[in-house]
Amino acid sequence: MKVNTMAEMMAAGESPDILFWVGCAGSFDQRAQKITKAFAAILDKVGFKYAILGKEEACTGDPARRAGNEFLFQMMAYQNIQVLNGYGIKKIVTTCPHCFNTLKNEYPELGGNYEVIHHTSLLQQLIDEGRIKLKEGGSFKGKKISYHDSCYLGRANGIYEAPRKVLEALDAELVEMKRCRSNGLCCGAGGAQMFKEDEPGDKRINIERTDEALETGASFIASACPFCNTMMTDGVKNREKENEVAVLDIAEMIAANME
Amino acid sequence: MHYLQQILFAVISVVAVWLFAKKAGEIRRNILLGKKEQLNDQPGKRWSNLLLLAFGQKKMFKNPLVAVMHFLIYAGFIIINLEVLEIVLDGILGTHRLFAPVLGNLYNWLINAFEFLALGVIFVCVVFLSRRNLLHLKRFLSKDLNGWPRSDANYILFTEIILMSLFLTMNAADQVLQARGSEHYLQTGSFAVSSLISPLFAGLSDGNLTAIERSCWWLHIVGIFTFLNYLPYSKHLHILLAFPNAYFARLEPNGKMKNMPEVQQEVLYAMQPETVPADAVPPAHFGAKDIFELSWKSLLDAYSCTECGRCTASCPANLTGKQLSPRRIMMATRDRMEDIGRNINQHKSFVADNKTLLHDYISVEELRACTTCNACVEACPVSISPLDIITELRRSLIMEESNAPQEWNSTFSNIENNFAPWKFSPDERDKWAAETA
Ligand code: SF4
Ligand code: SF4
Repeated sequence: MKVNTMAEMMAAGESPDILFWVGCAGSFDQRAQKITKAFAAILDKVGFKYAILGKEEACTGDPARRAGNEFLFQMMAYQNIQVLNGYGIKKIVTTCPHCFNTLKNEYPELGGNYEVIHHTSLLQQLIDEGRIKLKEGGSFKGKKISYHDSCYLGRANGIYEAPRKVLEALDAELVEMKRCRSNGLCCGAGGAQMFKEDEPGDKRINIERTDEALETGASFIASACPFCNTMMTDGVKNREKENEVAVLDIAEMIAANME
Repeated sequence: MHYLQQILFAVISVVAVWLFAKKAGEIRRNILLGKKEQLNDQPGKRWSNLLLLAFGQKKMFKNPLVAVMHFLIYAGFIIINLEVLEIVLDGILGTHRLFAPVLGNLYNWLINAFEFLALGVIFVCVVFLSRRNLLHLKRFLSKDLNGWPRSDANYILFTEIILMSLFLTMNAADQVLQARGSEHYLQTGSFAVSSLISPLFAGLSDGNLTAIERSCWWLHIVGIFTFLNYLPYSKHLHILLAFPNAYFARLEPNGKMKNMPEVQQEVLYAMQPETVPADAVPPAHFGAKDIFELSWKSLLDAYSCTECGRCTASCPANLTGKQLSPRRIMMATRDRMEDIGRNINQHKSFVADNKTLLHDYISVEELRACTTCNACVEACPVSISPLDIITELRRSLIMEESNAPQEWNSTFSNIENNFAPWKFSPDERDKWAAETA
């Protein structure tokens, strides 16, 4: 499978249907790279003409902005918008809800107007259109899956159903945690918390959330955000349940079960 | 004697309304100390928010039982206030049950309805008092409420019970007097709830009954005037402010942070130095250190807060024992505004008091714990965003004081130099793609 960059596509005189915005976690974090690869494989398999920015992509600035560093955010936004507009990008898909939120809601005011879609919504569309065909009796058939709502997908942007619809297509048994959808509990990574130690308290947020997920008795925790994925994976390890419970991104689940 | 009562009533009413108007004016002034923000686009959506969120109390219905009870108190409060109109007119004109002859049968029907509501309100107030003080609900036990705020909540529930009881007792005495054909007391037909109390009064003389009826009438209306003037000092101000607060609630996706056009401009100048005009002045503030730099909407938020703690009960930081409590953020902001208001009352304009909202009312540790998850915003029944205040204060902390934990400073420099929050070479950004080939 060959993943094209925008620069390569342009050089070949072609333009992609959609830009895959990989994000920093998806690019550098070893665990998240697997999600990136799985999603790229899906795009490839359904015959999507897509490209990535490659080395021209840079952090959207989300963690800087939320920590309070607006200067750094504006610098990153300026740079990214220059690149995106330079290529005439119209449509973007991303596997990271933080990138999704920033590109979709915060860049337009700064001159970056794109149609931005989260990968779970795109997966739902592809399944509905029959472009993604799932194996009969796939590996999740009848298994218990609990979906963890990402704050930046859910409360921030009102996307609760698309990820669930995709999971239902796996013929699995969806079990909800005590706090779900608009009441979902954060994994603890947002607002630049991912990049620092917790403030003093009596429990880590990711452990609290993992405990809720474990209570459901699910054997899979489905995530739709690379940061949530890391947090929940750490939580499961901390509770020494890594042999019974796996934390997987929805894209990985679909990629493993496509015909 | 008669005229004396009328004059006394008029004086009390005028003083009560004047005092209330004065305090309301001060609150308005305090709110307008905040930064301007245009929040009147899309009136259609705003009216529908007002109807759904404030009138309909939509968010309360996340817990239907509590919502129905709260709705009863609130409906009781509004509807029974219609009856206050008659009381006020009677007081000024020296009449008794002015509307009875005008409305005929409808009058009896209305008072009956009010009586049932009054009974309902008493019942719910008793339930709420027990829930607050006997059940161990974490959000009511929290240290956020220590001192005045806890008493405030109880006072108002007691006051409602007393006001409603006065109303029913008054009607009960009235009915005994009616039955005896007492001169001043018009025939109104029987009232369902108070007629159950009437038998207790059967043995009393006309004089005593009139005294009871009149005392209840006076206490009831004086109680209502007191309540009116108590509101602005209490969390119960939400009875009034929930409405504008719903109307002015932000309509954008919760995830969108407010842009800072002044910083955007600075960055543009840095990127394209040739565009900098000769008279360019750098911005005076970055983010908020005090209430003056917060949006007026955040200040309206603080006055609208019911101190219910639904935000804090859903806050991941608070749930795991961190200092942060979004409810406390709102209470601290209101405290700061009240302190500044007193300062202005004293000196005509604000005289620096060596304090700021940031640090003196809200600590760095609280601000640092927020994950910007929006759970508090989602949970709030009166359209408040504690998160807006948190992010504005964080901006000041970072951009004006360069006050960041060491890890964040490394994150910032990584983003700036390597275009990612971690120390990876930007050349490796698409290394994963090579591995798929
Ligand atoms: S946004 Fe911040 S304050 Fe609000 S609930 Fe989440 S962590 Fe708590
Ligand atoms: S901010 Fe909203 S949810 Fe929080 S205490 Fe105030 S009214 Fe309740």
